[in-house]
Amino acid sequence: MNSTAKTTLLILMTAAGLAFLTWRATSYNAGRVYVKETPVPILEGPNAGQIADYTTTRIPETIVEAENGRLSWSRTLGVWIAAALTLCILSFLFGDNVFYKLAEAIFVGVSAAYAMVVAFWTAMMGLLVSRLTPELARDSFNPSLSGDRDWWMLVPLVMGIMLLWRLAPVGGWIARWPLAFFIAVFAGFRLVAHFHADFVVQIRSAIVPLIVYAADGSFNWKQSLTNTTMVFGTLSCLTYFFFSVEHTGMVGRISRVGIYCLMIAFGTGFALTAMSRYSLLIGRLEFLLREWLRL
Amino acid sequence: MSVPEKQLDRRWLFALTILVVGLPLLLRLESTQREVSQMVTNVYEAIDNLPEGSLVLLPFDYDPSAEGELQPMADVFVRHCAERKHKLIFLTIWPQGVGMIQRATNLLQQEYPEYRYGIDFVNLGYRPGYEVVINTVINDLPSLYDADQVGTPVRQIPLMRGVENIRNIPLIINVSSGDPGLKQWIQYAATPYESINIVAGTTGVQASTLYPYIPHQMIGMLPSLKSAAEYEQRLLKKYPHIGERESVTNTAQLRMMSQDAAHVMLIAFIVISNLIFLLRRRGERAV
Repeated sequence: MNSTAKTTLLILMTAAGLAFLTWRATSYNAGRVYVKETPVPILEGPNAGQIADYTTTRIPETIVEAENGRLSWSRTLGVWIAAALTLCILSFLFGDNVFYKLAEAIFVGVSAAYAMVVAFWTAMMGLLVSRLTPELARDSFNPSLSGDRDWWMLVPLVMGIMLLWRLAPVGGWIARWPLAFFIAVFAGFRLVAHFHADFVVQIRSAIVPLIVYAADGSFNWKQSLTNTTMVFGTLSCLTYFFFSVEHTGMVGRISRVGIYCLMIAFGTGFALTAMSRYSLLIGRLEFLLREWLRL
Repeated sequence: MSVPEKQLDRRWLFALTILVVGLPLLLRLESTQREVSQMVTNVYEAIDNLPEGSLVLLPFDYDPSAEGELQPMADVFVRHCAERKHKLIFLTIWPQGVGMIQRATNLLQQEYPEYRYGIDFVNLGYRPGYEVVINTVINDLPSLYDADQVGTPVRQIPLMRGVENIRNIPLIINVSSGDPGLKQWIQYAATPYESINIVAGTTGVQASTLYPYIPHQMIGMLPSLKSAAEYEQRLLKKYPHIGERESVTNTAQLRMMSQDAAHVMLIAFIVISNLIFLLRRRGERAV
């Protein structure tokens, strides 16, 4: 397809798409979101039973009148933006283009900004400032805060300042001390958990009877086969990775079985990944067809 | 017979994929009743067999990028717990998990208006620290979660009274799409403390690395959309009134029909590709 034909096709497809969207938006309220206000009562204290706040809950269009709901313009706009960005990302299947790049940049920027804002309010303000200066936190951003000053929070504050010292023109070495501390703590912390959960208990889990009898005394062939496959599969895989002995004769044959076991495991993992990716596509298409276009 | 060397424009395959996946959704085709696997049964019974009104911890460690696969699981877990009148404590160790919890609490408010915030469920929100959060709440939950998502002190929340740590919570239902997530809950909570029981819903991508934890370190998990559909099917069989609600549209089972269609298409692609490969090789040998 030459470039002129390609451009014409794109323009025609865009025009058809816009016409369809206009028709759906005007005739079927496409993308409209309806909400209702739910009161949140005060649970305890002298003002118990009074309304403290309202939470906004999404409701189906069919029960808007019965539930005294209303149209939420902000959420409706959100649905349209989400649909437009989804289409921008999917447009990459046709080829790299400016719409895809725009959506990609927005996604990365919003994700980073969101994570930073959440981390700031939960870690910096919620844990550090709230505990070091509870009066200030109560007066400025968390009136219901309770608890006394926690001087131990000076330790992470000082270590945080030391970490940022690497940006200073002199004394960059100061940043190495908290860094070394964090690495050592996490290494020790994770080592114990990994060793216990992924090594000791896994060995225990692999020690199972090869011949299993059911509670009524009958031979449980299904569980016996499962256990036998698991034990010999594990041993053959371990044999494949045991390089101190030449892989010939019996050892070679067992390690060959180990390769087959590994291939089956990789194949299962790949199939589950493919299934997982299709689930994501299905989720997006469902959003476009149901939530946005109401088809 | 030889097959000529000719590249198919892959955009035709993309278009076909969207068509195959989208049509069942458009026509609202529901997947056929399928046999519920033992793993799904174990997860279902872990929740169903808890005494009515039990305390359940729900860490939702996923973000919108995994919504397509994990939201149906989160929804069926919440509905099942609500049917059993369990008391729910939501928290997350993912910053974007806050929005996912919001969806669950919205579902509760919409479908179970009798569920009262602070008495029947609570949203503790996000705390930074990855697995350190898990290690802390095992020993001393209020030291890290001194307030809920909107800043209400946990001491003033009736549901949280007496909850000093999570070791006495009968069940943890984790919905996880990666690290930190289910693996860390197993490593830091379920493995060292045998009193802690975990069931989970996970993405297919990480499922194969989590199977070895079953059954000693985890009761079971829903490893994909297929399992979610089986779970939903069993839930609707026992509680048919759920399916009669306006907002419930059997999401997992509807999505599974598209998944089934995609599987058939993939298998067809593999068979056709291999046939072409074999025919080409035969043609080359003949030359």
